[in-house]
Amino acid sequence: MPEIYDNGTEIEVKNLNLWYGDNHALHDISIDIPKNSVTAFIGPSGCGKSTFLRCFNRMNDLIPNCRIEGHVSIDQEDIYAKETDVVDLRKRVGMVFQKPNPFPMSIFDNIAYGPKIHGMGKKEMPRIVEHALKSGALWEETSDRLDTSALDLSGGQQQRLCIARTLAVKPEVILFDEPCSALDPISTGKIEDLIMELKKDYTIVIVTHNMQQAARISDYTAFFLLGDLIEFGKTNQIFENPQQKETEDYITGRFG
Amino acid sequence: MYSNAKINEKIAFGLLKIATGMVVAFVLVILYYIISNGYSAISLDFITEMPRNRMTEGGIYPAIMGTTYLIIGSMAVALPLGMLSAIYLTEYAKPSKTTWAIEMAISNLAGTPSVVFGLFGLAMFVKYLGFGPSILSASLTLALLILPVIIRASQEALLTVPKEYREASLALGVTKWETIRRVVLPAAIPGMITGAILSIGRVAGETAPILLTGAAYFLPRLPDSIYSEFMALPYHLYVLATSGTSIAQTRPIQYGTALILLIIVLCVNLVAVTLRTHYRNKLKR
Amino acid sequence: MLNRYLKEKGIESILFAAGAVAIVVLFLLCIFLFRDGILLFENYPFGEFLTDTKWFPTADPEHFGLLPLFLGSLIVTVGAILFSVPLGIASAIYISELANPKIANFLKPVTEILAGIPSVVYGFFGLVILVPVVQKTLGIPTGQTALTGSIMLGIMALPTIISISEDAISSVPRSIKEGSLALGSTRWQTIYKVTVPAALSGISAAVMLGIGRAIGETMTVMMVTGNSAVIPGFPSGLFAPVRTMTATIALEMGEVPQGSDHFHALFAIGSVLFITTFIINIIANYIKRRYRFNL
Repeated sequence: MPEIYDNGTEIEVKNLNLWYGDNHALHDISIDIPKNSVTAFIGPSGCGKSTFLRCFNRMNDLIPNCRIEGHVSIDQEDIYAKETDVVDLRKRVGMVFQKPNPFPMSIFDNIAYGPKIHGMGKKEMPRIVEHALKSGALWEETSDRLDTSALDLSGGQQQRLCIARTLAVKPEVILFDEPCSALDPISTGKIEDLIMELKKDYTIVIVTHNMQQAARISDYTAFFLLGDLIEFGKTNQIFENPQQKETEDYITGRFG
Repeated sequence: MYSNAKINEKIAFGLLKIATGMVVAFVLVILYYIISNGYSAISLDFITEMPRNRMTEGGIYPAIMGTTYLIIGSMAVALPLGMLSAIYLTEYAKPSKTTWAIEMAISNLAGTPSVVFGLFGLAMFVKYLGFGPSILSASLTLALLILPVIIRASQEALLTVPKEYREASLALGVTKWETIRRVVLPAAIPGMITGAILSIGRVAGETAPILLTGAAYFLPRLPDSIYSEFMALPYHLYVLATSGTSIAQTRPIQYGTALILLIIVLCVNLVAVTLRTHYRNKLKR
Repeated sequence: MLNRYLKEKGIESILFAAGAVAIVVLFLLCIFLFRDGILLFENYPFGEFLTDTKWFPTADPEHFGLLPLFLGSLIVTVGAILFSVPLGIASAIYISELANPKIANFLKPVTEILAGIPSVVYGFFGLVILVPVVQKTLGIPTGQTALTGSIMLGIMALPTIISISEDAISSVPRSIKEGSLALGSTRWQTIYKVTVPAALSGISAAVMLGIGRAIGETMTVMMVTGNSAVIPGFPSGLFAPVRTMTATIALEMGEVPQGSDHFHALFAIGSVLFITTFIINIIANYIKRRYRFNL
């Protein structure tokens, strides 16, 4: 499957296996994810797509008795190597979660949280926050109430805040774990527009159970089933001309 | 026509109601006797004056101050220690033999009688470390006594902080400790403080441990250092009610002291409950 | 980067040290308690301590018999449990199953007040109010009896028994109760045939913790039980003065010379008390863990 991409390869996975205790959750997965484009992971729930996504910023480390074998490198750097600093890795690989999870702080403090801890000065903060909120397409709605609680925002706004918060840390890769599953269609549209915008500067991997969403925004699509990577390719090809029977069944709605 | 089952149900529910009524009656009777007999003894002088005439007249100022010192001293030790311990147990500890042992130790300490803590304080602080019968010995003893309460309350407070906050912070490349310090603790502190406030009531009311570690029958002046003996409200009440020749004569002072103790405990509970409701609503928003 | 790693590791070690504080305290408590307790047996045989029926610490020769004190604690505790268990469980059932939410929300804090009242205030109340009542009602020479202690301890154990039983009863899944009601049982039949049996482990744990609380209580029993160290009969002993292990320690420690046999005997009593409550706690924990409702 190794493919030469126009923009180069960002994430390289070779023979990745993952267990939760005795449960073998991901089977021998290999995939190359291209730079500065949107790659979607689709598949029925429980197929391991979110688990796989969480391997890229090592969030699975937090789960007791989760064991990983295989090779994952980001920008040619083995992220499971002994000398890898997980904290630095997560700075480079941002993540937006299924449910919007702003901190119980003001909008400003939510954005400033990351940069502050990573040692940016207080003086630069307003500029950093403005920039991040603008990139997150939230500046116009919130510029006049930056010191109000982030919990007062609507669900869609909260999710864009979480995206902006991730952008403020200046990652190379952004992982989206079903970012719209808790949102209404209008908010979903705004987030999709934003993701299309962001791919100019970032490598984006998005997990979604919404096939239309994958078709609309992604350049490449990977289909997972029961812990196996069934098929991976250009989004057009996957949706119009799937090579595998299972992929076709899923896309045409015969199961899932 | 009622069936047998229906009649049985009526009888059983009646009995349950009577039992609950009795429990409520106990509370009311105890409160009634202490309050109705105690309130006439309480005045500004009662809480600001020294005892006079072999404690048969005057106020209970030194006992109030002594109890205050004990509260401050024991909280100063137990609060930070208990909070740190809870942070370790909820945020860092993985299921293991050690963690299990710590949990068992906490629940056993919580069930250990206070008089046993008194003996321990006597053997370790008063004798072995040479602090003598003193505010220091008694405060440390009480601190260990309330430690399990504070640890449990802090653990509960930490567990109410949503896991999403932690994930969000870690995913931004923030270290575990910074995440705890800047996101988890600010959200958990109100709950931790509530637990701590509740244990103030416990410190104010405990008698057996301080009896063995430094409470004095009577002192003509306030303690001047942490190595001094001290008077305290609960011990004062015990002494007046059970020993000496003027038990009947000092009855009003006894009721007054009991009422002051009760007021402290009830106020502390009220504050804690109010705080808890306030912050629960805030977190929900 | 190495710096940050070291800092995180350092903080984790500090927190671990604080985390283990409970074990350290328990360990020190055992050492200091048992060390002074065991010293008694240098001069006084261990067998006698366990079997001697007399506690005459200042007589010549001295008698340090555990039995009268242990049985004193036992009779007061048994009395307290006989009194508070039915009452506590009945109230817990009422609060969680019958009372409408408004009344339940009033009853819960009211029972919590019982938990907050200091033991010396209970003792004072018992001494001034209950002791004369017991004496007059039963027509006995003194109202300072085991029974008086049992009643006061029973009241003090109520909040523990009520709140833990109530938790256990409310955590029985609704589906189980509805299953029974749907079969045409009355609410009461459902409560005593389905709900209470399902909550039994939690209720038993509540009872164990109530026993632990009662056996370790000091000030209240000391003020209302008369404190005479004789082996109590049962049930006749309920109506006579007794002396518990806890009261003995609190009463006599003030007057003994440090390092004397009597001093060490009091620590030996404390060790027995500690071991007793330790065992009770372990049993309570075991019951709770073993039979937790799994869904």
